[in-house]
Amino acid sequence: MNDELTQRVIKIIAATQHIELEKITPESTFQELGIDSLDGINILFALENEFSIDIPDDAGQQIRTVREMVNGVRTLISGGDPAQAQA
Amino acid sequence: MPERRIVITGLGAICALGRNKDEFWDSLARGVCGIRPLETVDRTQFRVQNGAEVLGYDPAEHFPGKEREQLDRFAQFAVTAGREAVADSGIEWRDEQRERAAIVTGSCVGGQATENEGYENLYVLKNPRVNPLTIPRSMENAGASRLSLEFGITGPVYTVSTACSSSNHAIGQAFWLLRQGVCDMALAGGSEAPFGTGVLKAWEAMRVLAPDTCRPFSKDRRGLVLGEGGAMLVMETLEAARARGARIYAEILGFGMSSDAHHLTQPAAEGAARAMRSALSDGGVDSSQVGYINAHGTGTLANDPTEVAAIRSVFNSHAGDLAVSSTKSMHGHALGAAGAIEAVATILALDRGLLPPTANFTERDPQCDIDVIPNTAREQKVDYALSNSFAFGGLNAVLALGRFRG
Repeated sequence: MNDELTQRVIKIIAATQHIELEKITPESTFQELGIDSLDGINILFALENEFSIDIPDDAGQQIRTVREMVNGVRTLISGGDPAQAQA
Repeated sequence: MPERRIVITGLGAICALGRNKDEFWDSLARGVCGIRPLETVDRTQFRVQNGAEVLGYDPAEHFPGKEREQLDRFAQFAVTAGREAVADSGIEWRDEQRERAAIVTGSCVGGQATENEGYENLYVLKNPRVNPLTIPRSMENAGASRLSLEFGITGPVYTVSTACSSSNHAIGQAFWLLRQGVCDMALAGGSEAPFGTGVLKAWEAMRVLAPDTCRPFSKDRRGLVLGEGGAMLVMETLEAARARGARIYAEILGFGMSSDAHHLTQPAAEGAARAMRSALSDGGVDSSQVGYINAHGTGTLANDPTEVAAIRSVFNSHAGDLAVSSTKSMHGHALGAAGAIEAVATILALDRGLLPPTANFTERDPQCDIDVIPNTAREQKVDYALSNSFAFGGLNAVLALGRFRG
């Protein structure tokens, strides 16, 4: 799925990590993109501001790919528990 | 084990007088004053209008992308100066050297700009979220840790915070680690970036900031002028320096420290004098051998006569033969970076045979009756020098340095 939400998340990853937009796909893993744990919390901070959501600590820690991140955000926006979001 | 001699083989500096050690020295030698109207803060909120800011500094030139966002301005100055010092020393690190190397830095206010931004978001803009890089950006050891990562240095790495004496304590500690054989090479110094709303307001409230400029030892002095920047030294054993054919700038001979135990902010001559005596005795230097003192010389009403009284009590009749200058008159008072910036000035003075002046000097003060090298640098070869740092809280740290003569 490459909808508007996915594009917004990818844009945030690109902007916070100084990565070219084209290099990020929903299938990209954080490892491939060189995103470490400190980078990860910086992305979560930007996502919280962008979407006015609160991402719980344990949900944030489990995310390893762009798709997992998009799904987590989607669940939070719709009021669900992101820990239950399907990868 | 015979006592190890410790020499300085690399220098780096960034401050209002220049973005590297060569620009810095050129300004010192010409007696240029780096104090100007502040540009990085909105001056309308402050009584104080002047400071000694680093001009023409573009973080993007030194720290691309994410790296820049992870480092507060104060840590950037430590890293910039550290990189320059390492490059200047010509060291090519081998793994076994990295384990036997140390980094000791000093800073007084650390990442205050980052903290300020966080508090503003939280309390003023009512944004409930604080940037997750706030902690790693604002920690006082941010510069030391980044340098450790960058050069792969895995020996003792730490930061000391003793207000305006921070980086003299840092350099002194690194010197002792080297002399004791705990490590063989060290990168030591400090950095500061105090120009933020909260810190400037706090300093204003202390009523020690000069409204015009910094005139240490001058009768019409009206206080200190804050500065920013960083400076780092590469120090190593004489043996290691010789083995790799390094260029040696100077020798670090002694370190002395003391506490006044007198008053939170009022200096006491006896405490300063004990730190100077202690540095001389630690280095086996006789007071009559000293030719130059880079004074703490803040330009406040209280510091300067107290420091002169301390110098007179240590040097007795030799005080009349001493050349003393406060380079804070040019690069401002960079708080936790002051000792390191002034150590670089003192080391280059020993190396070049040129003593930097006290700028902005207008009128002799009978309470500060000593040769302060007024306004113009002096060509004079000096064998031994002291560099003084005295802090609020009564903490004193003095380095004894010597011209390298083999």
